[in-house]
Amino acid sequence: MAFRKTMLTAALTLSLGLTAGSALAEVKIGFLATLSGAGAALGQDMVDGFNLALEERGGKLGGQDIVFLKEDDQLKPDVGVQAVQKFLEKDKVDLVAGVTFSNVMMAIAKPLADAGMTFVGSNAGPAPLAGNQCNPGFFFASWQNDGQAEVMGQFATDQKYKDVYMITPNYQSGRDQVKGFTRFYKGRVSGEVYTQLGQQDYSAELLALQAANPAAVWVFLPGGMGVNFVKQYKQFGLMGKIPLLTVSTVDGSTLPALGDAALGAYAGTFWGPDFKNPTSEAFVAAFEKKYKRIPSQYAAQSYDSALLIDSALKKTGGKVSDKKAFRDALRAADYASLRGAYKFNVNGFPIEDFYAFEVAKDAQGRVSLKTIAKPLTNHADAYSKNCKY
Amino acid sequence: MSPQLLFMQALNGLQYGILLFLLAAGLTLVFGIMSFINLAHGALYMMGAYFAAATFSHTDSFLLAILAGLGGAMALGVALDRCGFARLYPRAHLDQVLATFGLMLFCNEAVRMIWGSAPIFMSLPDALSSTVIVLGTPYPLYRLLIILAGLLVALGLYLLIERTRIGMLIRAGASNRGMVAALGVNIGWLNTFIFALGAGLAGLGGALVGPILSVQPGMGDSILIMTLVVIVIGGIGSIRGAFLGALVVGLVDTLGRTIMPALLRQSLEQELASTLGAAISSLAVYVLMVIVLAVKPEGLFPVKKR
Repeated sequence: MAFRKTMLTAALTLSLGLTAGSALAEVKIGFLATLSGAGAALGQDMVDGFNLALEERGGKLGGQDIVFLKEDDQLKPDVGVQAVQKFLEKDKVDLVAGVTFSNVMMAIAKPLADAGMTFVGSNAGPAPLAGNQCNPGFFFASWQNDGQAEVMGQFATDQKYKDVYMITPNYQSGRDQVKGFTRFYKGRVSGEVYTQLGQQDYSAELLALQAANPAAVWVFLPGGMGVNFVKQYKQFGLMGKIPLLTVSTVDGSTLPALGDAALGAYAGTFWGPDFKNPTSEAFVAAFEKKYKRIPSQYAAQSYDSALLIDSALKKTGGKVSDKKAFRDALRAADYASLRGAYKFNVNGFPIEDFYAFEVAKDAQGRVSLKTIAKPLTNHADAYSKNCKY
Repeated sequence: MSPQLLFMQALNGLQYGILLFLLAAGLTLVFGIMSFINLAHGALYMMGAYFAAATFSHTDSFLLAILAGLGGAMALGVALDRCGFARLYPRAHLDQVLATFGLMLFCNEAVRMIWGSAPIFMSLPDALSSTVIVLGTPYPLYRLLIILAGLLVALGLYLLIERTRIGMLIRAGASNRGMVAALGVNIGWLNTFIFALGAGLAGLGGALVGPILSVQPGMGDSILIMTLVVIVIGGIGSIRGAFLGALVVGLVDTLGRTIMPALLRQSLEQELASTLGAAISSLAVYVLMVIVLAVKPEGLFPVKKR
């Protein structure tokens, strides 16, 4: 008798526990980023930015408890695919987010699409996913890859440079960026130099550039390549003499390593740490307090992607079970973004403003990015017209 | 291309060659004398750069930073030799490759844990960051100083190896290691000295390029490959070979990168010429290595065997 009573109590407790569990269902987010290898600095910034938004909300988004799972893709597409499979099959996540590099993004797009998974990206924005391979469940809280080159192209046109000399690494992204730049730069291109991927010394290219003496230089040299190039550009006495327009070269991830050497260089992107709106100012203050550094755009994008998810969950009452309702809520982008208001295009990429920045000292004397112009307003990428689903 | 620009590019090639020499000298000595393949040599170069950058950010003294790069890598070299590498010297080359490759990965990860994944800051003092006019073109003063420093190191090594007792032992060890030990020389300490010397030179190289290049995890990996090419071309075990081989590789690489696209541009359209030129010139050094291996397998300036 006593035994049966115990069993009954146990069964009751268990069932109660289970019902309580399902009533307070959590939302599982699988966050994929590059956390080791050459691109790890960007991935870490993304995780830090996303985590900050979560912490500020007590581990909740849209009032819903969040289980945050992160995986490292090591900048290898196959490792990324394995991580996504783990998210889908083992963890059974409700949403996949993050993704640092476009080659990984392209590899995981199909498994995500096949599983009908909703995706909120916060850095990689490859052209095919904006065009004919677009997906109604994919949202990119950052920008399409070409955007940053396009804004520099428009900036160069606005500045009426008589010619521009271009330097990029010899690989697909380099070529894409050249296309993006020349889509909006209407002047003469006096040099088009392709360097080795991961190149360290640019003295040969800098001497040739000196001899060509162009009105401006445009480079796309991400990560360590950018640090090498900008240091050497300065040492050759070219900084301040020939305007240096950059994409993904001087940003929050490389400025600490460059310091004063980067002063005077130009960069183009969608957001800068000096933006004057409440969301951005609060974010910058909170990030600096917690991490003791100026947030990079990669941290900002991921923070913003968490705000986007927060707004969508608020609308659906914390539920993701109705996939369409959740996606519609994401598509509305109805929240105070740190870039200001924007809309999603049909392909899930933002229609947003792009700005030009100059590397300058901020109020506290630190080397940072200063907003100087807004060459592109409500800018949509060039691929959305091919997006049909 | 004007002869003036060609001369300036040769200067760039010389500077790159000098840097390669600092790495190749240590690698070739260790391999030539101890028959030890050290794939962690690039990691020592990276550690030198990190030691220098860390010292510079704490003391603001450029001289101290360079000394920290040199001394730190040297101390690391002694520690490695004493705590394990000595056991690897008599073993098969594949064991050595495996162990030192592992150490290379370990160093990259260790640096990432201590200093983070992002590149760290290292700059030049104002006095060294100016340019000087060479043939009417501004050229960074610091790069000329690297050339000078490298030439001084080469001279120092030459004197050490040709004019001192320890140099005599090193030369003897390169020719016949067993005989040197049989004559009562403590080969263990000679090994430690050579290894520490090589590590110190690699660290010096890393410290010298800290202000020019991005100081980041894995920065030693790509230069290690070039260094291996240098010692294959120059002749393994020979300092002279490392010096001349490094200059040849530096010049071929730099001039290839500038002349190739310029030559192609005369016959092809701009974009194709740039792409093709970049592809061909990145191969130039390896083609040179293949030719040397086919014609003179022991390298261009090998050690004389007796």
